[in-house]
Amino acid sequence: MAEYIIKNGFVFDPVQGIKGDKSDVAIKDGKIVSDVSKSAKVIDAAGKTVMAGAVEIHAHIAGPKVNLGRIYRPEDKLFTCTATKGIERTGSGNSIPSTFKTGYEYAKMGYTTAMEAAMPPMFSRHVHEEIRDTPIIDEGAFPVFGNNWFVMEYLKNNEVENTAAYIAWLLRATKGYAVKVVNPGGTEAWGWGLNCLSIHDPVPYFDITPAEIVKGLIEANEYLGLPHSMHIHPNNLGNPGCYQTTLDTLNLADGYKAKNKFGREQVMHITHMQFHSYGGENWGNFESKATEIMNFVNSHKNLTMDTGNVTLDETTTMTADGPFEHHLTGLNHLKWANCDVELETAAGVVPYIYSPDIKVCAIQWSIGLELALLAKDPMRCFITTDHPNAGPFTRYPRVFKWLMSEKARNERLNTFKNADKVIAASTLGSIDREITLYELAQMTRAGPAKSLGLANICGGLKPGMDADVAVYDFNPDKPLADPEMIETAFSRAAFVFKSGVQVVTHGDIVNTGHKRTLWVDAKVKDNPQVMRDIKEKFLKYYSMTQANYEALGHHFVPNPFALEVDATQA
Amino acid sequence: METVTITMKNPPVLYLEAEHVCPDEFAGKTAAQIAELHVYEGNTKSTLGKYFEVSGNAGATAAETKIVVKGDVKRVKYLGMKMSAGEVVVEGSTDLYAGAWMSGGKMTVKGDIQAFAATGMKGGELIIEGNAGNYLGAAYRGDWRGMSGGKILVKGNAGSDVGMYMTGGEMVINGDVDVHLATHAEGGKIIVKGNAPSKVAGQMVEGDIIIFGTIDVMMPGFKYVDDVDLEIEGTTAKFAHYIGDTGERHKKRKGQMVYGNLYQKI
Amino acid sequence: MTKTVTDVVCPFCGTLCDDLEVAVTDDGKQILDVYNACAIGAEKFLHSQAKDRITRPRFQQPDGTWKETSYDEAADYTAKMLAGAKKPLMYGWSSTNCEAQSMGHEIAEMCGACVDNTAAVCHGTTLIAVQDIGLPTCTLGEVKNRADTIIFWGCNPCHAHPRHMSRYSIFPRGFFTGKGHKSRKLVVVDPRVTDTAKMADIHLQVTQGQDYELLNAFRVAFKGEWLPDVVAGIPKEKIIEAANIMKAGRFGIIFFGMGVTQSLGKNHNIDEAIAVTKDLNEYTKFSIMPMRGHYNVTGSGEVLAWQFGYPYSVDLTRGFPRYNPGDTSSIDLLTRGEIDAAFVIGSDPGAHFPISAVKKIAQVNSVCIDPHITPTSGVSKLHVPVAFVGVETGGNAYRMDNVPIDCRKVVEPPEGMLTDEEFLTMVRDRVKKLKGVA
Ligand code: SF4
Ligand SMILES: [Zn+2]
Repeated sequence: MAEYIIKNGFVFDPVQGIKGDKSDVAIKDGKIVSDVSKSAKVIDAAGKTVMAGAVEIHAHIAGPKVNLGRIYRPEDKLFTCTATKGIERTGSGNSIPSTFKTGYEYAKMGYTTAMEAAMPPMFSRHVHEEIRDTPIIDEGAFPVFGNNWFVMEYLKNNEVENTAAYIAWLLRATKGYAVKVVNPGGTEAWGWGLNCLSIHDPVPYFDITPAEIVKGLIEANEYLGLPHSMHIHPNNLGNPGCYQTTLDTLNLADGYKAKNKFGREQVMHITHMQFHSYGGENWGNFESKATEIMNFVNSHKNLTMDTGNVTLDETTTMTADGPFEHHLTGLNHLKWANCDVELETAAGVVPYIYSPDIKVCAIQWSIGLELALLAKDPMRCFITTDHPNAGPFTRYPRVFKWLMSEKARNERLNTFKNADKVIAASTLGSIDREITLYELAQMTRAGPAKSLGLANICGGLKPGMDADVAVYDFNPDKPLADPEMIETAFSRAAFVFKSGVQVVTHGDIVNTGHKRTLWVDAKVKDNPQVMRDIKEKFLKYYSMTQANYEALGHHFVPNPFALEVDATQA
Repeated sequence: METVTITMKNPPVLYLEAEHVCPDEFAGKTAAQIAELHVYEGNTKSTLGKYFEVSGNAGATAAETKIVVKGDVKRVKYLGMKMSAGEVVVEGSTDLYAGAWMSGGKMTVKGDIQAFAATGMKGGELIIEGNAGNYLGAAYRGDWRGMSGGKILVKGNAGSDVGMYMTGGEMVINGDVDVHLATHAEGGKIIVKGNAPSKVAGQMVEGDIIIFGTIDVMMPGFKYVDDVDLEIEGTTAKFAHYIGDTGERHKKRKGQMVYGNLYQKI
Repeated sequence: MTKTVTDVVCPFCGTLCDDLEVAVTDDGKQILDVYNACAIGAEKFLHSQAKDRITRPRFQQPDGTWKETSYDEAADYTAKMLAGAKKPLMYGWSSTNCEAQSMGHEIAEMCGACVDNTAAVCHGTTLIAVQDIGLPTCTLGEVKNRADTIIFWGCNPCHAHPRHMSRYSIFPRGFFTGKGHKSRKLVVVDPRVTDTAKMADIHLQVTQGQDYELLNAFRVAFKGEWLPDVVAGIPKEKIIEAANIMKAGRFGIIFFGMGVTQSLGKNHNIDEAIAVTKDLNEYTKFSIMPMRGHYNVTGSGEVLAWQFGYPYSVDLTRGFPRYNPGDTSSIDLLTRGEIDAAFVIGSDPGAHFPISAVKKIAQVNSVCIDPHITPTSGVSKLHVPVAFVGVETGGNAYRMDNVPIDCRKVVEPPEGMLTDEEFLTMVRDRVKKLKGVA
């Protein structure tokens, strides 16, 4: 395999504590190395910023609800499709790009790893077919557990070990990566058109509460010692006053300590916090509670979070929070898709326009930025747009611009139609912090990698790690003449390496690499009871056979990469 | 106003996609430059000049440019697409997407047009002297934002799905329309001088529909309110006034429920 | 001696039953018996065993006779035809696996072709409606476990999807439906007295072509607004009674078929039916699901969507995808004379398209990939027989509720026969050469 040396760039690598020193990054056989031979190809990075490939911790990029979004939104593609170009397949979709475009766009921005945030287990074959067709980037997918009948039945009786055995079986059957929880209990309630809006609302017929599901899944996750923690979208998303439910949920992690061999320190990752940081009683007095939320997160080291920044675009919301999407279509009257999945979960999809002229949208925009700017530890607060819910991931460079330039964000803030009311509803206008490149590398590389249990593999430039490297046309030594330069530079990387293969040159795809599917292979003690329960549920309640459910052959996951966990001694 | 005349000389074997035949694209170009604009026959890209004889230079801006299309363009799509100003006159009949997504200017078709004319129209004027096809002034697939402004006049008949998801603007059809007039409309006004067979204004949220002729089957969601005298385009007559679609969602304005209005001449 | 293959997936209808058992000879070459399938499903397996099966590609001669050729020559012809055409149509895809579809899309993209599946003649109108107003739906196991109100609208599962009612919708006992069919109310809307209608608690014999009006009347009835005395041939009282049944259940679902997708109103009928479903979610839980016909028409839509963004009628002639049924849809392309080559796989437009469209296939250069001799192969210049997907090769398929199920290989295909995917791969490699793509 080729050798490369990326010379003279300004390197930002939180893993090694390098804060913009001018140095070289060497690549050999797909890994970062300390030295290469003379024949190594030289990449001139003088005057440029060098970081590890970025790590997406939460996006909806593959699977049934994403594709339902594509199917039912032809208007999301009108006039913007790109033609086949060199090795690049045709691309389509703004808020819900085609699989090809998804891979290319991430790579062009210097992202090399991405996690699909909600895999309905029964649809894992679909998710993996899309992942297979998404070029370049390594991907994993989080199966959803928070409304799963097995989980609720075991946890009702406090059977953590059985829950863990079931999780291990499901991760293997679906080639899943982590334990995802979406509106715990609420989505099962949605099977009857109901919801659980607080952590103590009982789940109809299952005699359990969201709080019990969350605590039980944390315990099962740590029992197994999985690479990532329980990853949660709490109850009561998106409603005025929901921050109280969020704080209640965060409190559930109290007293738990991470137990794993991957260097992960948190026991709970809370996703798209922006949607969970709302105060007020109604849309009229809707306001930010980012300060309250961040005070809590900052003082609890066993939590990580991502932001869910609103980008002020027309987009498509999609979530396993079925009742929320039904609620949303009632607010904006736009087309509503929903799919309830037997014994497991549900999903809803509704287009949404975050208009800068609408006060609530502008406050949502403020909250997302506020959260990131109030974060004391950038290694625990990551930047996302909960793609495509708060905006498409292709807008990351714009979010970076707002975070890194007070000027850019104040320009936006002060020109909203209802600027006075928007400014009054959050503390954003009074924050002068500008995220540094080092902090950006923490929030988009080292931080999410560590949270995912990938700290030794990606997100950094330490010798031995995967050679995922992004070089940007951005000179941190020069004064920033115009904040737009941030957006331009991070939109199209000058060079990107994925596992040591040069995949992007001057913003163009030059190689599609050999993308991998990341999954977690957890071994547990033989558990005949759980295996019996699985067999019985398939015979009685599933609409497909167990053998076909478990069938996920090589043609779905052609290049798997398993992280192994041994919980047989647990 | 400068006039560019393009005359079909070598008709395509299949169909021609000629979205550049539009004042905005011609503006500032000479006849020779216009002849170099791209057209597509299937997957084969070539130039306008290969099919058309081009004479006359365009004006400096779209507003100062008039395009006259001569010859048989029945197999040419997208004429006048996205035009924002100026004028297009098609002397004969043309194919799909005439004046689609237009936002200004004036387009006249002396013959017939096929489906998807004035899709998502925002402004300007479209006059069809012959018949129009299906989906006249409708939204593009999946979009809830159909015709939002401008004026359409059809001297002959129009097809089905006219004005689907219309939110504004005005349409006059001198002849008959086919089924599904103004489905999902949320604004705007459609006048049909002839008949509308059935499925008129289904799922309509807001807007006005005036039918001079017959409706064979009325939607159950339309409820008779009263008879009113209306002056429509110079004619005063008595109309039966229906509101609906009562099965659909409706906004409240000043405490009053706002319905779509359907007027049928008595 | 025989062996039994279990968990076999039926590659016939969109019900995609996956509990079949097939007895095969020890050498894995011959199917002896098929268990659990309905008659049409079993027939599909047994048909593959026909002794007079065509096993090699053949060209149609000017006099209508056929001349055998090799797969190599067939691939050459196909590649040249597709690469040389200005606007080739690649139609079908509904009775093959997702892997073959994906390979076909790669060819289509390189050739600037139009790709369309059989939704064009069945549930394409459903897809248009979904694009207009969405789709509250669920998996079939949800129906089995929760549904107490079942509506069959313009479909006759007794004949078209024979095991649907026993596996999912009427008879099974699920988690919350322990009494099986006794826990469910069945409403059938159909102008005809079908076998399904005969089982109904309420049969609404709607006037042909007025489904849209009847659906609208339900919405009006939910809101308690004024209704005419009779709508679509149904008295107001009966409409209100049925509306109340729908509202009163705990979990309901509308299954609908071609009786309503292809009759007057088309996509609008489905649009209004989805609106009915959406309305009902204000009172209870309700879903709606199309009864997809071919076993993998759903999969074709899925693969097209994640690769190109649209579920059918995709026009790639300009190197990027475009979509607008009425323009980019197969029957329109054919009858309007828009295409100059036709490639058909996994379907039989010769039997299902209007005559004028079929004539066009006969006029242009055409290739038909199909295990069987069909009306389409009969009008094609080249017929390429292939192995049966789901019998002689596996591959992924999507059930009518979008659930993916990997089909199984049960027996070996006849000596030397290729699968769809293998043949398409040969074509893809040749097209690459012709187009000078590395
Ligand atoms: S119902 Fe359909 S899928 Fe099931 S066995 Fe019969 S034909 Fe096959
Ligand atoms: Zn999410």
